[in-house]
Amino acid sequence: MGGPEVEHLIGLLSKLPGMGPRSARRAALKMLQQPESRMLPLAAALREAAEAVKPCADCGNLDSQDPCTICADEHRDRSIICVVEGVGDLWALERARVHTGLYHVLGGTLSALSGIGPEDLNIPLLLSRIAEGEVAEVILALGATVDGAATAHWLTDQIRPTGVAITRVGQGVPMGGALDVLDDGTLAAALRTRRGA
Amino acid sequence: MLRLNRLTLTDFRSYAALTWRPAARISVLYGPNGTGKTNLLEALSLIVPGRGLRSARNADLPRLDGPGSWAVAARFQTQEGETIIGTGCEPGSDRRVFRLDGAAPRNQADIARIVAAVWLTPQMDRLFQEGLSGRRRFLDRLVWALEPGHAREMAAHDTAVGSRNRLLSEGRHDRAWLSGLEDSIARHAVAASAARLSLVTRLNAQIAAGAGAFPPGRIGLACPIAERLQVEPALKVEDWLRETLAANRPRDSAAGTCLLGAHRTDMRLTDVTTGTPAALASTGQQKALLIGVILAHAALIASARGFAPLLLLDEPAVHLDAERRRALWDVLIALPAQTVITGTDAETFLPLAGHAEALATGGGGLHPDGRFLRLQTDTTPVPAAL
Ligand SMILES: [Zn+2]
Repeated sequence: MGGPEVEHLIGLLSKLPGMGPRSARRAALKMLQQPESRMLPLAAALREAAEAVKPCADCGNLDSQDPCTICADEHRDRSIICVVEGVGDLWALERARVHTGLYHVLGGTLSALSGIGPEDLNIPLLLSRIAEGEVAEVILALGATVDGAATAHWLTDQIRPTGVAITRVGQGVPMGGALDVLDDGTLAAALRTRRGA
Repeated sequence: MLRLNRLTLTDFRSYAALTWRPAARISVLYGPNGTGKTNLLEALSLIVPGRGLRSARNADLPRLDGPGSWAVAARFQTQEGETIIGTGCEPGSDRRVFRLDGAAPRNQADIARIVAAVWLTPQMDRLFQEGLSGRRRFLDRLVWALEPGHAREMAAHDTAVGSRNRLLSEGRHDRAWLSGLEDSIARHAVAASAARLSLVTRLNAQIAAGAGAFPPGRIGLACPIAERLQVEPALKVEDWLRETLAANRPRDSAAGTCLLGAHRTDMRLTDVTTGTPAALASTGQQKALLIGVILAHAALIASARGFAPLLLLDEPAVHLDAERRRALWDVLIALPAQTVITGTDAETFLPLAGHAEALATGGGGLHPDGRFLRLQTDTTPVPAAL
């Protein structure tokens, strides 16, 4: 239906999170019916974002400026770094407005079963940020999964010799839960009730 | 209260399409082997998360000449009103999904909070002759019906054990990573063992209180973690487990598996009156012991959670003498549980006639037996499953 261009478009859309073949088809059809008002602006926005947005060299956040808006913000508390698994978690915490310090995006968690080790994560940069001496507290805001817990344990072991305070977000994060799917209230409570690791 | 109002099967095992509205709290399904009795019990067992009473793989569940997708949907009356739980595989997918009132549940515990099911199958006649994994599954199902969080606790435990096994087998002796995983194993193993211990204690008390025609059994746990939990606070047991796991790394590495944890627990069952372990009892005696456990469990869940679990009894009358059969029917009539029983002939179940409906299976459908109870059923059309 619609020729190879349409099939290609649906194929690309259906690989996006939350999309399946059926919803991809619906989205493609909606756009194709109004190419001028829906499709071309989207295409332009996609190109602009793809060219402008890059990972922040300090924290790993995605932003059109580097250092990112958060790292560049002079009002943020530079003595606290909140370590998260992915950019989605960072955005969720920002939406909930519960953290006024900086972030560090690991880019995953340790996973023996998926073959992801410490060398695959953005850990050396975190350790060098801590070594610069401005950091007083590191918050480990990792999901309440086995891999999230193992990663927090591992990082605690690495960071402890530096003497900075290490806290863990735990309370209220349901077992097996990822941070970026929690509602803002739960996230706020989880961060408020962090405890020493 | 937990009542099954309607069960809908779509391209599941031998059923192309079936809608069944139980007309009584107890339903008897009878017919020759291969007519779909156990398939229907299995469908009900799959309404609770897990692999069901046959421990089937997903690939075995769709109807042979069907489209490959399948669905089981059950409408229940609960304390909180009517709820529909569905499970199945969508077309083009071999991943089994759940639906709770039409939407994807946040997690499987959401479903376990609403329904519970316990079953007895002819394969369990060998429960005490075969490996410990079958006994542990049996035990954990009993725990899960009381403690909906138990399945997640065990899943997290098993993930941590698998991850540690992997690191050890790859020779990756990252001390901090291993101790992080051992910390998870310790926490989840202690939580799971405490839940098992609590279930066993309460169930043993329930069995002792309700001793009747079934031999009173006593369940025991062969598990060093549970043993310590009986004499030490949980946090101390966690510490012991963490330390022992750390010390055992070379031993586990050589064995290729983790030799300590909640996955190594075994369950024992002993006839209290004679002191005979189930493993040494006759088949009939073992069956009677197990039935006693399951009936006491249903009563325990009913009093602890306010609703009795679904009781799925596949061929329970086999190996039981006439006196025990009568006792079984009496208990089923007295229990508040929605019960589905199978057998090869209707006559065995005639003593239940005033309390149960009976349906002959065959031809991909169910055929009411006029000798048993028949209540009014509504005939409104039913929307598709899921
Ligand atoms: Zn940044």
